[in-house]
Amino acid sequence: MSERSLVPFDTAIERYDPVLGLEVHVELNTATKMFCGCPTEFGADPNTQVCPVCLGLPGALPVVNAKAVEAAVRIGLALNCSIAERCRFARKNYFYPDMPKNFQTSQYDEPIAFDGFVDVEVEGTDGQPVTVRIEIERAHMEEDTGKSLHVGGSTGRIQGADHSLLDYNRAGIPLIEIVTKTIEVEPALAPLVARAYVAQLRELMVALDVSDARMDQGSLRADVNLSLKPTGSTTLGTRSETKNVNSFRSVERAVRYEVTRHAALLDAGERVVQETRHFHESDGTTSAGREKSDADDYRYFPEPDLAPVAPDPAWVEELRGTLPEAPELRRRRLQGEWGFSDLEMRDTLGAGALDLVAATIDAGVAPQSARKWWLGELARRANDTGTDLAALPITPAQVANVQALIDAGRINDKLARQVFDGVLAGEGTAEEVVAARGLEVVSDDGALGDAVDRAIEANPDVAQKIRDGKLQAAGALIGAVMKEMRGQADAGRVRELILERLG
Amino acid sequence: MSQGISREDVAHLAALARIDLSEAELDRLGAELPAILEHVAAVQDAVSPEAGGDDVEAMSHPQPIVNVLRDDVVVPGLTADEALAGAPAAEDQRFLVPRILGEE
Repeated sequence: MSERSLVPFDTAIERYDPVLGLEVHVELNTATKMFCGCPTEFGADPNTQVCPVCLGLPGALPVVNAKAVEAAVRIGLALNCSIAERCRFARKNYFYPDMPKNFQTSQYDEPIAFDGFVDVEVEGTDGQPVTVRIEIERAHMEEDTGKSLHVGGSTGRIQGADHSLLDYNRAGIPLIEIVTKTIEVEPALAPLVARAYVAQLRELMVALDVSDARMDQGSLRADVNLSLKPTGSTTLGTRSETKNVNSFRSVERAVRYEVTRHAALLDAGERVVQETRHFHESDGTTSAGREKSDADDYRYFPEPDLAPVAPDPAWVEELRGTLPEAPELRRRRLQGEWGFSDLEMRDTLGAGALDLVAATIDAGVAPQSARKWWLGELARRANDTGTDLAALPITPAQVANVQALIDAGRINDKLARQVFDGVLAGEGTAEEVVAARGLEVVSDDGALGDAVDRAIEANPDVAQKIRDGKLQAAGALIGAVMKEMRGQADAGRVRELILERLG
Repeated sequence: MSQGISREDVAHLAALARIDLSEAELDRLGAELPAILEHVAAVQDAVSPEAGGDDVEAMSHPQPIVNVLRDDVVVPGLTADEALAGAPAAEDQRFLVPRILGEE
């Protein structure tokens, strides 16, 4: 298979319809684990956040974390799910050292949330936005596994490893697994829809404040299930499950790659193997993992150590009242309020600047100015230093302070850039940077007038053109004055002074 | 449930549970397990209206209780040394297990 050339995506979707399924694991940001009081700090020393419960020691009894149940209900509600009046945990039995109990406590036939949907928006093949409804099958509570380190192999993979080392700090951290129903969309849009869905889930988790939802740290992980069926057919093909894809872009690439791989197999009359696949960030390909086998018979049974969870309907309604505005509705509302074009809005979202721009506008800045600074000057600096916009050492309030100085005529846009330099370098507030660096524009008409007179004297030809009515020539004189004032002048006022003298 | 359990079923269950059974043990369990399942079936019938029993909801917990929850408050657990004290082998403050075969 690896030797054969893949079928290009665009060719593949002429003959086949992709069928997607997405499973997203969200690690909750609770202070403690799902069934015990161990802390959940990321990056702690190995096996320092463990206890008899999460180590599965004999006699230890689990107790459900109330905060995790609350988070699960809120996630379910935000996904437009029904919330179970009563549900149970189940043991998922398997032999693998990442769970010391030899089972993972999960939910099986009684998930806490089920039958929901989210609407995602993607750019259609005609460039117009298309809204796609993703049906949610279920969202259930479970626990994360420990981390394995395979020693002796050159690649850190299991092959060739002499032995494995286990750190159980992560074992037992609350997870919510969100499973979609099968997703069938216009074939060309499948990769984009998968990406948009995961991006929207992340946005939702952040808005709910239930998870850090950091894909790079594994607190939000996506499994991409994909199968192909001949165009127009209703019979589902065999699916592959690409595990732990860890960025939005990778989700899109994984779908794209699996479509091309499945199509090549099907074209050659071969069968698609039902197996897990690993995604490779470096080249966007996947490779075979574990084939489905008898080992996947998990012999689920209800967890006898935990009492059922029965969310009180009144409490569920109370939680519904705490839900943040749905991300897509908020985006639409803000775009309307700000008067952004579709392109401006898409750029703002793409830069991850929505909340920053919103906070800046809330601090009193005009929408277009807020957008201009975050997507221009500040985005450029974030880009230069390779950081996220949100990680820049400047707050929306500080950006608002800079803009307030501009609005008051005390600095201009050009000086503002130097003010940003100072604020980002930790030199203090915008006001302090202006004072310390002497950046204030010269508003003294006397000094400005002198500079204007000198500019007119030095450029008699230009001055004559302006006297003759060619007002656009004033730009050259304004430039000369600004240069003399080292940028510290209000260009509008300079123009007025020039025209007073030559008009 | 009471329609029996084959020798192959026993072998499959043994493999899932990582229990190494001899041919003689498979023969013996292949005969014993169906008998055990028949006893379980008698209990099932007792709570199944179709079989003339009472309508009793299946339960998974010995107490008829729900919502046994704890607050999200950190409780001190074990130190790494304590956690690893019972481990057959450890390395770099981690549990050491034999290489995992036949996977990935």
